[in-house]
Amino acid sequence: MTSDLFIQNLFNALTVGSLYALIAIGYSMVYGILRFINFAHGDIFMVGAYFIFFAAAHLPWPLAAAVAIGGASLMGIIVDRVAYRPLREAPRISALISAIGVSFLLENLGLVVFTGLPRPAVQPQWMVDPITLGSIRILPLSFLVPAVTAILVLGLLWIVYRTRPGLAMRSISRDIETTRLMGVSIDRIIAMTFGLGSALAAAAGIMWAIRYPQIHPFIGVMPGFKAFIAAVVGGIGSIHGAVLGGVLLGTVEIMAVAFYPSMSGYRDAFAFVLLIVILLFKPTGLMGEKLEDKI
Amino acid sequence: MLELKDLHVRYGGIHAVQGVNMKVNKGDIVTLIGANGAGKSSIVRSIAGLVRGVSGEMLYTGRDGETINLVGSMPEKIVKKGIALSPEGRRILPHLTVAENLTLGAYSRVDKKAIEEDRQWVYSLFPRLQERHWQKGGTLSGGEQQMLAVGRALMSRPDLLMLDEPSLGLAPILVEEISAIIKALNADGQTILLIEQNAYAALSIANRAYVLEVGAIVLEGSGQGLLHNPQVKEAYLGG
Ligand SMILES: Nc1ncnc2c1ncn2[C@@H]1O[C@H](COP(=O)(O)OP(=O)(O)OP(=O)(O)O)[C@@H](O)[C@H]1O
Ligand SMILES: [Mg+2]
Repeated sequence: MTSDLFIQNLFNALTVGSLYALIAIGYSMVYGILRFINFAHGDIFMVGAYFIFFAAAHLPWPLAAAVAIGGASLMGIIVDRVAYRPLREAPRISALISAIGVSFLLENLGLVVFTGLPRPAVQPQWMVDPITLGSIRILPLSFLVPAVTAILVLGLLWIVYRTRPGLAMRSISRDIETTRLMGVSIDRIIAMTFGLGSALAAAAGIMWAIRYPQIHPFIGVMPGFKAFIAAVVGGIGSIHGAVLGGVLLGTVEIMAVAFYPSMSGYRDAFAFVLLIVILLFKPTGLMGEKLEDKI
Repeated sequence: MLELKDLHVRYGGIHAVQGVNMKVNKGDIVTLIGANGAGKSSIVRSIAGLVRGVSGEMLYTGRDGETINLVGSMPEKIVKKGIALSPEGRRILPHLTVAENLTLGAYSRVDKKAIEEDRQWVYSLFPRLQERHWQKGGTLSGGEQQMLAVGRALMSRPDLLMLDEPSLGLAPILVEEISAIIKALNADGQTILLIEQNAYAALSIANRAYVLEVGAIVLEGSGQGLLHNPQVKEAYLGG
């Protein structure tokens, strides 16, 4: 492979990896606090993509993106409120089953409301007009996605490590009861966690739809699944791990196909290979610590 | 300040607290002693709002002068009303720093400046916490963790401070240190409800004391009175 092609692939890898990372964070944060997998998370990604599709028809693009992210974030909070909060005291398997139910519900609701017809995503032209740098042709989007992701992740880390609700989040993930004793309203912090995770998933959905401009109700299934794997690879419960796992998975997928074009048919299988290999050597994931079940 | 009337606590089929009546007056140190499993923690955890199966009355008069029944209130509301609990086993957040643990203790408050002043005040009570303010809670020694647990409870600036076995597992010298601090806090006007296995230390500093046996109060009186009570001597003070 020429070095030009390699650099293009590197940006591709970083773009796809960033998107996986953004989704993976939501899985990881919810797991860190509630110890269950929010299977409906990939569908929030889908909701975000649809929201911007409709919002962009009436609003300038940046505003539409903000509306879509806000709307999806609210959606995540509502899902927690109606499907998970009533089950907080129930065995964890109940919440898990509820999550699967919500996932089917959102996908089928998508079919009913939006129909199964794939919609063309709105692509701001300047993001997808290739620019030429020397002998490399690259989409501005390939810079934009990693840059936006970096900004969003830094913002999230600031919230988690520098603010009071962030302190409460980190505290809940270890000991819910003691955190309540300190005067923290648990439900509010959990809602906030869902809101943040969903906002990031929606941001990923919006950027995904620019890169792969076809929106349909099942658009979130595969990216959601892969991001979940990325979260496990990175060490579920850890935000840093989710980012690392996402970028790693994106890199493996893109580079494997780049080096071995004949493998392109197996692209979706790489995620599982990576998962198995990592878990064989580090069962808690790359940055995961052993999370004991809470009292 | 706080009056428990016919308090019952049930966990499924277990009737852990069976009709307890207790009173904590403003400015007092009240102690509750009793053997393992008597129901001491169940009582303070109920007051803090952590237990579901509570019946009876827990009448609390807060700083606003209003009297409310705490039964059914959420823990966060109870903290705001001015009650803090330093729980049994310390329950320090091991992955947060000493300073962060203290900040968490002040979660119910908003005034940043006053919180910072109180953090300095806690550091002055426990200088060892100041030296280790950047250290993760999990890396502290047992005694330091206990200091942090007490300091964290103080960070909410409670009207009523509840301490569940603060001397558990500590060397005698540390037990005395904690005891001295409890006394000093009380001398400054802090109302305290103290649970102890170490009955001698607790009774000698308490204004009022209750003895709990299998979920019921069997004796009550002044701290000094119970200290010299033959029954207490035999059962809790080693004869
Ligand atoms: N969450 C719970 N579920 C079921 N039973 C419980 C629970 N918590 C306490 N109990 C039971 O209630 C009784 C009283 O327990 P509690 O912890 O209040 O005693 P204690 O006086 O604090 O004991 P110790 O001195 O050992 O701390 C015990 O029989 C205990 O097994
Ligand atoms: Mg106890």
